[in-house]
Amino acid sequence: MPNTIHIPTPLRPFTDKQESVEVSGGTVGELLADLTKKHDGLRKHLYTDEGKLRNFVNVYLNDEDIRYLQREATPVKPGDSLSIVPSVAGGAGGAGDISQKPQAKADRWGLA
Amino acid sequence: MITEMENKKAHVEELPQLTPDEIKRYSRHLIMPEVGMDGQRRLKAGSVLCIGAGGLGSPAAMYLAAAGIGRIGIVDFDVVDFSNLQRQLLHGTKDVGRSKNESAKSRINDLNPHVHVDTYETLLDSQNALGLFKDYDVILDGTDNFPTRYLVNDACVLTGKPNAYGSIFRFEGQASVFATKDGPCYRCLYPEPPPPGLVPSCAEGGVLGVLPGIIGVIQATETIKLITGIGEPLIGRFMIYDALRMKFRELKLRKDPECPVCGTNPTVTKLIDYEQFCGLRPEPQQAQGGTSVSDWEITPVELKTKMDAGETPFVLDVREPNEYQINKIAGSTLIPLGELPRRYQELPRDREIVAQCKMGGRSAKAMEFLKSVGFTNVKNLRGGILEWIDKVDPSQPKY
Repeated sequence: MPNTIHIPTPLRPFTDKQESVEVSGGTVGELLADLTKKHDGLRKHLYTDEGKLRNFVNVYLNDEDIRYLQREATPVKPGDSLSIVPSVAGGAGGAGDISQKPQAKADRWGLA
Repeated sequence: MITEMENKKAHVEELPQLTPDEIKRYSRHLIMPEVGMDGQRRLKAGSVLCIGAGGLGSPAAMYLAAAGIGRIGIVDFDVVDFSNLQRQLLHGTKDVGRSKNESAKSRINDLNPHVHVDTYETLLDSQNALGLFKDYDVILDGTDNFPTRYLVNDACVLTGKPNAYGSIFRFEGQASVFATKDGPCYRCLYPEPPPPGLVPSCAEGGVLGVLPGIIGVIQATETIKLITGIGEPLIGRFMIYDALRMKFRELKLRKDPECPVCGTNPTVTKLIDYEQFCGLRPEPQQAQGGTSVSDWEITPVELKTKMDAGETPFVLDVREPNEYQINKIAGSTLIPLGELPRRYQELPRDREIVAQCKMGGRSAKAMEFLKSVGFTNVKNLRGGILEWIDKVDPSQPKY
Protein backbone atom coordinates (compact mmCIF):
# COMPACT_ATOMS: atom_id res chain seq x y z
CA MET A 1 0.00 0.00 0.00
CA PRO A 2 1.50 3.31 -1.04
CA ASN A 3 2.02 6.20 1.33
CA THR A 4 0.94 9.77 0.77
CA ILE A 5 3.16 12.84 0.92
CA HIS A 6 1.37 16.15 1.44
CA ILE A 7 2.89 18.86 -0.71
CA PRO A 8 2.63 22.43 0.62
CA THR A 9 1.39 25.22 -1.62
CA PRO A 10 4.81 26.79 -2.32
CA LEU A 11 6.12 23.48 -3.66
CA ARG A 12 3.11 22.49 -5.75
CA PRO A 13 4.52 24.11 -8.90
CA PHE A 14 7.06 21.27 -8.82
CA THR A 15 4.50 18.45 -8.53
CA ASP A 16 2.31 19.47 -11.47
CA LYS A 17 0.14 21.28 -8.92
CA GLN A 18 -0.70 18.06 -7.07
CA GLU A 19 -1.37 18.61 -3.38
CA SER A 20 -0.38 15.07 -2.49
CA VAL A 21 1.72 12.42 -4.15
CA GLU A 22 1.53 8.65 -3.70
CA VAL A 23 4.92 7.13 -2.99
CA SER A 24 6.30 3.86 -1.76
CA GLY A 25 9.23 2.81 0.39
CA GLY A 26 10.09 1.44 3.80
CA THR A 27 11.56 4.53 5.41
CA VAL A 28 10.99 8.27 5.36
CA GLY A 29 14.15 8.64 3.27
CA GLU A 30 12.90 6.13 0.71
CA LEU A 31 9.55 7.86 0.42
CA LEU A 32 11.27 11.20 -0.19
CA ALA A 33 13.59 9.58 -2.72
CA ASP A 34 10.58 8.18 -4.56
CA LEU A 35 9.01 11.64 -4.50
CA THR A 36 12.02 13.36 -6.03
CA LYS A 37 12.32 10.53 -8.57
CA LYS A 38 8.77 11.29 -9.68
CA HIS A 39 9.21 15.08 -9.47
CA ASP A 40 12.80 15.98 -10.07
CA GLY A 41 12.18 19.73 -9.76
CA LEU A 42 11.59 19.29 -6.03
CA ARG A 43 15.09 17.99 -5.42
CA LYS A 44 16.83 21.34 -5.09
CA HIS A 45 14.10 22.62 -2.79
CA LEU A 46 14.37 19.67 -0.43
CA TYR A 47 18.04 18.76 -0.53
CA THR A 48 21.34 20.60 -0.42
CA ASP A 49 23.98 19.98 -3.06
CA GLU A 50 25.49 17.48 -0.64
CA GLY A 51 22.24 15.54 -0.59
CA LYS A 52 21.19 16.53 2.93
CA LEU A 53 17.64 17.61 3.75
CA ARG A 54 17.57 21.38 3.88
CA ASN A 55 17.33 23.03 7.29
CA PHE A 56 14.30 25.11 6.51
CA VAL A 57 12.28 22.16 5.21
CA ASN A 58 10.60 20.22 7.98
CA VAL A 59 9.26 16.74 7.35
CA TYR A 60 6.57 15.20 9.50
CA LEU A 61 5.59 11.56 9.69
CA ASN A 62 1.91 11.81 10.53
CA ASP A 63 2.01 14.56 13.19
CA GLU A 64 5.56 14.00 14.41
CA ASP A 65 8.69 15.85 13.32
CA ILE A 66 11.17 13.30 11.91
CA ARG A 67 13.98 15.16 13.70
CA TYR A 68 12.54 13.65 16.90
CA LEU A 69 12.16 10.18 15.36
CA GLN A 70 14.99 8.59 13.42
CA ARG A 71 15.09 11.28 10.77
CA GLU A 72 15.22 9.81 7.27
CA ALA A 73 15.85 6.33 8.63
CA THR A 74 12.46 6.35 10.38
CA PRO A 75 10.48 3.29 9.27
CA VAL A 76 7.04 3.87 7.79
CA LYS A 77 3.94 1.70 8.00
CA PRO A 78 1.27 1.32 5.33
CA GLY A 79 -1.10 4.26 5.53
CA ASP A 80 1.37 6.58 7.25
CA SER A 81 1.52 10.00 5.65
CA LEU A 82 4.38 12.42 5.30
CA SER A 83 4.03 16.19 5.28
CA ILE A 84 6.58 18.64 4.01
CA VAL A 85 6.27 21.86 5.98
CA PRO A 86 8.41 24.70 4.65
CA SER A 87 8.67 28.06 6.33
CA VAL A 88 6.29 30.62 4.93
CA ALA A 89 6.54 34.27 5.86
CA GLY A 90 3.46 35.86 4.36
CA GLY A 91 1.24 38.21 6.31
CA ALA A 92 -0.28 39.88 3.29
CA GLY A 93 1.41 43.21 3.53
CA GLY A 94 2.02 45.42 6.45
CA ALA A 95 4.54 46.54 8.88
CA GLY A 96 7.78 45.14 9.30
CA ASP A 97 7.77 44.54 5.61
CA ILE A 98 11.15 46.10 5.25
CA SER A 99 10.92 45.86 1.51
CA GLN A 100 8.08 48.36 1.46
CA LYS A 101 9.96 51.04 3.37
CA PRO A 102 11.39 53.48 0.89
CA GLN A 103 14.63 54.33 2.65
CA ALA A 104 15.21 50.70 3.61
CA LYS A 105 14.57 49.78 0.01
CA ALA A 106 17.34 52.04 -1.16
CA ASP A 107 20.11 50.40 0.82
CA ARG A 108 19.40 46.82 0.06
CA TRP A 109 19.56 44.64 -2.97
CA GLY A 110 16.39 46.04 -4.39
CA LEU A 111 14.71 43.11 -2.75
CA ALA A 112 10.99 43.26 -2.96
CA MET B 1 2.46 29.96 31.29
CA ILE B 2 4.24 33.22 31.77
CA THR B 3 4.87 34.57 35.19
CA GLU B 4 3.45 38.00 34.56
CA MET B 5 0.10 36.48 33.66
CA GLU B 6 0.15 34.12 36.63
CA ASN B 7 0.61 37.16 38.80
CA LYS B 8 -2.33 38.84 37.19
CA LYS B 9 -4.52 35.82 37.81
CA ALA B 10 -3.52 35.84 41.43
CA HIS B 11 -4.69 39.40 41.95
CA VAL B 12 -8.17 39.54 40.52
CA GLU B 13 -9.05 42.33 42.89
CA GLU B 14 -6.45 44.54 41.23
CA LEU B 15 -8.02 44.16 37.78
CA PRO B 16 -9.90 47.20 36.42
CA GLN B 17 -13.65 47.28 36.97
CA LEU B 18 -16.08 47.30 34.05
CA THR B 19 -18.31 50.32 33.57
CA PRO B 20 -22.06 49.80 33.02
CA ASP B 21 -21.52 50.51 29.29
CA GLU B 22 -18.86 47.85 29.13
CA ILE B 23 -21.04 45.33 30.96
CA LYS B 24 -23.73 45.85 28.31
CA ARG B 25 -21.24 45.60 25.48
CA TYR B 26 -19.58 42.42 26.72
CA SER B 27 -22.69 40.65 28.00
CA ARG B 28 -22.23 37.65 25.65
CA HIS B 29 -18.83 37.09 27.22
CA LEU B 30 -19.97 37.75 30.75
CA ILE B 31 -22.67 35.09 30.74
CA MET B 32 -20.13 32.39 29.84
CA PRO B 33 -18.49 31.07 32.99
CA GLU B 34 -15.20 30.46 31.12
CA VAL B 35 -14.86 34.21 30.54
CA GLY B 36 -17.22 35.85 33.00
CA MET B 37 -16.53 39.06 34.84
CA ASP B 38 -12.99 38.05 35.83
CA GLY B 39 -12.02 37.07 32.28
CA GLN B 40 -13.44 40.26 30.84
CA ARG B 41 -11.54 42.30 33.41
CA ARG B 42 -8.38 40.43 32.48
CA LEU B 43 -9.01 41.35 28.86
CA LYS B 44 -9.46 44.97 29.89
CA ALA B 45 -6.17 44.84 31.76
CA GLY B 46 -4.50 43.08 28.81
CA SER B 47 -2.49 44.46 25.95
CA VAL B 48 -1.39 43.15 22.58
CA LEU B 49 1.11 44.52 20.09
CA CYS B 50 0.18 43.82 16.48
CA ILE B 51 3.20 43.79 14.22
CA GLY B 52 1.58 44.94 11.02
CA ALA B 53 -1.87 46.28 10.22
CA GLY B 54 -2.14 44.22 7.06
CA GLY B 55 -3.87 40.99 6.15
CA LEU B 56 -3.34 39.21 9.46
CA GLY B 57 -3.25 42.28 11.68
CA SER B 58 -6.61 43.51 10.35
CA PRO B 59 -8.94 40.72 11.49
CA ALA B 60 -6.86 40.11 14.60
CA ALA B 61 -6.95 43.73 15.78
CA MET B 62 -10.63 44.15 14.91
CA TYR B 63 -11.75 41.07 16.84
CA LEU B 64 -9.45 41.82 19.75
CA ALA B 65 -10.85 45.34 19.91
CA ALA B 66 -14.42 44.11 19.80
CA ALA B 67 -13.63 41.54 22.49
CA GLY B 68 -12.50 44.29 24.84
CA ILE B 69 -8.73 44.05 25.00
CA GLY B 70 -7.65 47.10 26.99
CA ARG B 71 -4.79 48.27 24.85
CA ILE B 72 -3.77 47.51 21.28
CA GLY B 73 -0.46 48.65 19.85
CA ILE B 74 0.14 48.69 16.12
CA VAL B 75 3.52 48.84 14.43
CA ASP B 76 3.27 49.82 10.79
CA PHE B 77 4.73 52.42 8.48
CA ASP B 78 2.85 51.67 5.32
CA VAL B 79 0.08 53.62 3.60
CA VAL B 80 -3.14 52.02 2.40
CA ASP B 81 -3.03 50.89 -1.21
CA PHE B 82 -5.89 49.69 -3.43
CA SER B 83 -4.28 46.25 -3.60
CA ASN B 84 -4.64 45.95 0.21
CA LEU B 85 -8.42 46.20 0.21
CA GLN B 86 -9.01 42.63 -0.99
CA ARG B 87 -8.14 41.38 2.51
CA GLN B 88 -7.06 44.16 4.92
CA LEU B 89 -10.41 45.00 6.43
CA LEU B 90 -9.06 47.58 8.86
CA HIS B 91 -8.88 49.88 5.86
CA GLY B 92 -11.61 51.05 3.51
CA THR B 93 -11.68 52.55 0.05
CA LYS B 94 -11.73 56.04 1.54
CA ASP B 95 -8.49 55.27 3.36
CA VAL B 96 -6.38 54.65 0.25
CA GLY B 97 -3.31 56.85 0.54
CA ARG B 98 -3.74 57.29 4.29
CA SER B 99 -1.32 55.92 6.86
CA LYS B 100 -2.32 52.39 7.90
CA ASN B 101 -1.81 53.32 11.53
CA GLU B 102 -4.26 56.21 11.34
CA SER B 103 -6.75 54.19 9.38
CA ALA B 104 -6.45 51.27 11.81
CA LYS B 105 -6.82 53.54 14.81
CA SER B 106 -10.01 55.14 13.57
CA ARG B 107 -11.52 51.77 12.62
CA ILE B 108 -10.71 50.32 16.05
CA ASN B 109 -12.00 53.40 17.85
CA ASP B 110 -15.23 53.04 15.92
CA LEU B 111 -15.53 49.34 16.78
CA ASN B 112 -14.86 49.92 20.45
CA PRO B 113 -14.05 53.31 21.97
CA HIS B 114 -13.08 51.62 25.26
CA VAL B 115 -9.91 50.28 23.65
CA HIS B 116 -6.78 52.36 23.95
CA VAL B 117 -4.81 52.33 20.69
CA ASP B 118 -1.09 53.12 20.48
CA THR B 119 0.44 53.37 17.03
CA TYR B 120 4.10 53.24 16.14
CA GLU B 121 4.90 54.67 12.72
CA THR B 122 8.14 52.80 12.36
CA LEU B 123 9.87 49.83 10.90
CA LEU B 124 10.33 47.19 13.58
CA ASP B 125 14.06 46.68 13.91
CA SER B 126 16.72 45.33 16.24
CA GLN B 127 17.06 48.73 17.91
CA ASN B 128 13.43 49.30 18.86
CA ALA B 129 11.89 45.82 19.18
CA LEU B 130 12.76 45.06 22.81
CA GLY B 131 11.61 48.48 23.99
CA LEU B 132 8.31 48.15 22.14
CA PHE B 133 7.61 44.58 23.27
CA LYS B 134 8.23 45.10 26.96
CA ASP B 135 5.03 47.07 27.52
CA TYR B 136 2.71 44.43 26.07
CA ASP B 137 1.38 41.07 27.24
CA VAL B 138 1.21 39.33 23.87
CA ILE B 139 2.91 40.00 20.53
CA LEU B 140 0.88 39.21 17.43
CA ASP B 141 3.12 38.55 14.46
CA GLY B 142 1.43 39.54 11.23
CA THR B 143 4.48 40.47 9.20
CA ASP B 144 5.26 39.17 5.77
CA ASN B 145 8.99 38.62 5.49
CA PHE B 146 11.55 36.33 7.04
CA PRO B 147 13.87 38.92 8.63
CA THR B 148 11.01 40.38 10.66
CA ARG B 149 9.69 36.90 11.54
CA TYR B 150 13.03 36.01 13.11
CA LEU B 151 13.33 39.42 14.73
CA VAL B 152 9.87 39.11 16.31
CA ASN B 153 10.65 35.60 17.52
CA ASP B 154 13.96 36.47 19.07
CA ALA B 155 12.63 39.64 20.67
CA CYS B 156 9.72 37.63 22.13
CA VAL B 157 12.10 35.07 23.61
CA LEU B 158 14.39 37.77 24.99
CA THR B 159 11.54 39.74 26.57
CA GLY B 160 9.56 36.66 27.66
CA LYS B 161 6.48 37.60 25.65
CA PRO B 162 4.36 34.98 23.90
CA ASN B 163 4.10 35.28 20.12
CA ALA B 164 0.68 34.63 18.57
CA TYR B 165 2.05 33.58 15.23
CA GLY B 166 0.32 33.39 11.86
CA SER B 167 1.59 33.11 8.34
CA ILE B 168 -0.11 32.77 4.98
CA PHE B 169 0.70 31.94 1.41
CA ARG B 170 -1.79 31.64 -1.46
CA PHE B 171 -4.37 29.19 -0.06
CA GLU B 172 -2.48 27.91 2.93
CA GLY B 173 -1.97 29.27 6.42
CA GLN B 174 0.01 28.36 9.50
CA ALA B 175 -0.55 29.33 13.13
CA SER B 176 1.00 28.62 16.49
CA VAL B 177 1.92 30.22 19.80
CA PHE B 178 5.65 30.55 20.17
CA ALA B 179 8.06 31.68 22.86
CA THR B 180 6.07 30.91 25.97
CA LYS B 181 8.15 29.97 28.97
CA ASP B 182 8.19 26.23 28.39
CA GLY B 183 7.05 26.05 24.78
CA PRO B 184 9.00 26.02 21.54
CA CYS B 185 9.91 29.15 19.61
CA TYR B 186 9.91 29.76 15.86
CA ARG B 187 13.58 28.88 15.68
CA CYS B 188 12.93 25.50 17.30
CA LEU B 189 10.79 24.82 14.25
CA TYR B 190 12.91 26.60 11.65
CA PRO B 191 16.48 27.18 12.86
CA GLU B 192 17.39 28.86 9.58
CA PRO B 193 15.52 30.86 6.99
CA PRO B 194 15.30 29.69 3.40
CA PRO B 195 17.72 31.39 1.03
CA PRO B 196 16.24 34.52 -0.52
CA GLY B 197 14.20 33.97 -3.63
CA LEU B 198 13.30 30.34 -2.96
CA VAL B 199 10.06 31.17 -1.19
CA PRO B 200 8.03 33.92 -2.82
CA SER B 201 6.29 36.61 -0.76
CA CYS B 202 2.57 37.28 -0.93
CA ALA B 203 3.24 40.27 -3.16
CA GLU B 204 4.84 37.85 -5.55
CA GLY B 205 2.86 34.67 -4.92
CA GLY B 206 -0.59 36.08 -4.21
CA VAL B 207 -2.98 35.24 -1.40
CA LEU B 208 -6.65 34.34 -1.20
CA GLY B 209 -8.31 37.37 0.41
CA VAL B 210 -10.27 35.41 3.02
CA LEU B 211 -7.26 33.36 4.14
CA PRO B 212 -5.76 35.98 6.49
CA GLY B 213 -9.27 36.28 7.98
CA ILE B 214 -9.08 32.69 9.18
CA ILE B 215 -5.47 32.81 10.33
CA GLY B 216 -5.64 36.29 11.88
CA VAL B 217 -8.70 35.28 13.87
CA ILE B 218 -6.88 32.16 15.09
CA GLN B 219 -4.12 34.51 16.30
CA ALA B 220 -6.71 36.69 18.04
CA THR B 221 -8.32 33.61 19.61
CA GLU B 222 -4.98 32.47 21.00
CA THR B 223 -4.26 35.97 22.31
CA ILE B 224 -7.57 36.01 24.18
CA LYS B 225 -6.87 32.55 25.62
CA LEU B 226 -3.40 33.59 26.74
CA ILE B 227 -4.68 36.73 28.42
CA THR B 228 -7.70 35.17 30.11
CA GLY B 229 -5.88 31.92 30.88
CA ILE B 230 -8.68 29.73 29.51
CA GLY B 231 -8.60 26.69 27.25
CA GLU B 232 -5.63 24.98 25.70
CA PRO B 233 -3.39 27.44 23.92
CA LEU B 234 -1.76 26.49 20.62
CA ILE B 235 1.60 25.93 22.31
CA GLY B 236 3.73 23.08 21.01
CA ARG B 237 1.27 22.60 18.19
CA PHE B 238 1.38 23.87 14.65
CA MET B 239 -1.89 24.35 12.76
CA ILE B 240 -1.83 24.15 9.02
CA TYR B 241 -4.93 25.26 7.17
CA ASP B 242 -5.58 24.49 3.53
CA ALA B 243 -8.42 26.65 2.23
CA LEU B 244 -8.80 24.75 -1.05
CA ARG B 245 -9.30 21.41 0.63
CA MET B 246 -10.86 23.03 3.72
CA LYS B 247 -8.65 21.02 6.00
CA PHE B 248 -6.88 21.76 9.22
CA ARG B 249 -3.93 19.62 10.19
CA GLU B 250 -2.14 19.75 13.50
CA LEU B 251 1.55 18.91 13.89
CA LYS B 252 3.49 18.50 17.11
CA LEU B 253 6.19 21.02 17.92
CA ARG B 254 8.89 20.50 20.47
CA LYS B 255 11.14 22.87 22.27
CA ASP B 256 14.61 22.19 20.89
CA PRO B 257 17.19 22.06 23.70
CA GLU B 258 19.77 23.03 21.05
CA CYS B 259 17.77 26.08 19.92
CA PRO B 260 20.13 29.04 19.49
CA VAL B 261 17.67 31.44 21.18
CA CYS B 262 15.51 29.51 23.65
CA GLY B 263 17.64 26.38 24.17
CA THR B 264 19.66 25.49 27.24
CA ASN B 265 22.82 27.20 25.97
CA PRO B 266 21.61 30.04 23.80
CA THR B 267 24.08 31.59 21.38
CA VAL B 268 21.76 34.43 20.39
CA THR B 269 21.46 36.59 23.49
CA LYS B 270 20.73 39.90 21.85
CA LEU B 271 19.06 40.98 18.63
CA ILE B 272 21.15 40.62 15.49
CA ASP B 273 21.08 41.92 11.91
CA TYR B 274 18.16 39.93 10.57
CA GLU B 275 18.44 40.98 6.96
CA GLN B 276 21.95 39.67 6.94
CA PHE B 277 20.83 36.53 8.77
CA CYS B 278 18.27 35.94 6.04
CA GLY B 279 20.82 36.54 3.30
CA LEU B 280 19.17 39.69 2.09
CA ARG B 281 22.21 41.88 2.48
CA PRO B 282 25.75 40.99 1.60
CA GLU B 283 28.30 40.72 4.39
CA PRO B 284 29.70 44.18 5.20
CA GLN B 285 33.14 43.44 3.72
CA GLN B 286 31.50 42.47 0.43
CA ALA B 287 29.46 45.64 0.42
CA GLN B 288 32.62 47.69 0.64
CA GLY B 289 34.12 45.90 -2.35
CA GLY B 290 34.73 47.42 -5.73
CA THR B 291 31.32 46.90 -7.27
CA SER B 292 29.09 49.91 -7.06
CA VAL B 293 25.34 49.79 -7.37
CA SER B 294 25.46 51.00 -10.95
CA ASP B 295 27.48 47.95 -11.99
CA TRP B 296 24.59 45.61 -11.37
CA GLU B 297 21.54 47.79 -11.35
CA ILE B 298 19.79 49.72 -14.08
CA THR B 299 16.91 52.12 -13.63
CA PRO B 300 13.84 52.01 -15.86
CA VAL B 301 14.77 55.40 -17.34
CA GLU B 302 18.29 54.19 -18.14
CA LEU B 303 16.87 51.08 -19.77
CA LYS B 304 14.45 53.14 -21.86
CA THR B 305 17.28 55.46 -22.91
CA LYS B 306 19.33 52.47 -24.06
CA MET B 307 16.40 51.04 -26.00
CA ASP B 308 15.69 54.40 -27.63
CA ALA B 309 19.36 54.66 -28.61
CA GLY B 310 19.03 51.42 -30.54
CA GLU B 311 20.74 49.15 -28.07
CA THR B 312 19.04 45.82 -27.64
CA PRO B 313 19.44 44.56 -24.11
CA PHE B 314 17.78 41.19 -23.52
CA VAL B 315 15.00 41.88 -21.03
CA LEU B 316 14.42 38.77 -18.94
CA ASP B 317 11.12 38.77 -17.07
CA VAL B 318 11.34 36.25 -14.22
CA ARG B 319 7.78 36.59 -12.97
CA GLU B 320 5.01 33.99 -13.32
CA PRO B 321 2.94 33.70 -16.54
CA ASN B 322 -0.21 35.11 -14.92
CA GLU B 323 1.71 38.22 -13.85
CA TYR B 324 3.10 38.58 -17.35
CA GLN B 325 -0.49 38.69 -18.64
CA ILE B 326 -1.17 41.79 -16.55
CA ASN B 327 1.71 43.93 -17.77
CA LYS B 328 5.08 43.57 -19.45
CA ILE B 329 7.97 45.42 -21.02
CA ALA B 330 7.56 45.11 -24.77
CA GLY B 331 10.01 42.62 -26.24
CA SER B 332 10.81 40.95 -22.92
CA THR B 333 11.21 37.20 -22.56
CA LEU B 334 9.44 35.31 -19.80
CA ILE B 335 11.29 32.67 -17.84
CA PRO B 336 9.89 32.33 -14.30
CA LEU B 337 12.58 32.38 -11.61
CA GLY B 338 11.86 28.78 -10.63
CA GLU B 339 12.50 27.59 -14.19
CA LEU B 340 15.68 29.57 -14.67
CA PRO B 341 18.09 26.91 -13.37
CA ARG B 342 17.04 24.52 -16.12
CA ARG B 343 16.39 27.10 -18.85
CA TYR B 344 19.26 29.59 -18.55
CA GLN B 345 20.90 28.04 -21.63
CA GLU B 346 18.18 29.76 -23.65
CA LEU B 347 19.71 33.14 -22.81
CA PRO B 348 22.14 34.89 -25.15
CA ARG B 349 25.69 35.09 -23.83
CA ASP B 350 26.64 37.95 -26.19
CA ARG B 351 24.02 40.49 -25.14
CA GLU B 352 23.45 42.54 -22.04
CA ILE B 353 20.75 40.88 -19.94
CA VAL B 354 18.39 42.98 -17.84
CA ALA B 355 16.53 40.85 -15.31
CA GLN B 356 13.16 42.17 -14.24
CA CYS B 357 10.26 41.12 -11.98
CA LYS B 358 7.49 42.94 -10.16
CA MET B 359 9.57 44.98 -7.72
CA GLY B 360 13.14 43.86 -8.14
CA GLY B 361 13.43 41.03 -5.61
CA ARG B 362 13.16 37.93 -7.72
CA SER B 363 15.17 39.50 -10.50
CA ALA B 364 18.00 40.21 -8.03
CA LYS B 365 18.06 36.47 -7.31
CA ALA B 366 17.95 35.73 -11.02
CA MET B 367 20.88 38.07 -11.56
CA GLU B 368 22.88 36.41 -8.78
CA PHE B 369 22.09 33.00 -10.21
CA LEU B 370 23.10 34.01 -13.73
CA LYS B 371 26.37 35.43 -12.43
CA SER B 372 26.99 32.14 -10.63
CA VAL B 373 26.67 30.23 -13.90
CA GLY B 374 29.06 32.52 -15.74
CA PHE B 375 27.00 35.37 -17.17
CA THR B 376 28.94 38.60 -16.71
CA ASN B 377 26.82 41.22 -18.43
CA VAL B 378 23.69 41.05 -16.26
CA LYS B 379 21.83 43.87 -14.59
CA ASN B 380 18.81 44.06 -12.34
CA LEU B 381 16.01 46.44 -13.28
CA ARG B 382 15.54 48.60 -10.21
CA GLY B 383 12.00 48.63 -8.86
CA GLY B 384 10.82 46.10 -11.43
CA ILE B 385 7.83 46.53 -13.71
CA LEU B 386 6.15 48.76 -11.12
CA GLU B 387 8.88 51.38 -11.35
CA TRP B 388 8.95 50.92 -15.13
CA ILE B 389 5.25 51.79 -15.22
CA ASP B 390 5.75 54.75 -12.87
CA LYS B 391 8.69 56.18 -14.73
CA VAL B 392 8.39 55.05 -18.35
CA ASP B 393 5.10 53.50 -19.36
CA PRO B 394 2.15 54.67 -17.26
CA SER B 395 -0.29 53.22 -19.80
CA GLN B 396 -0.02 49.75 -18.24
CA PRO B 397 -1.96 48.55 -15.19
CA LYS B 398 -0.24 47.89 -11.89
CA TYR B 399 -1.01 45.08 -9.47
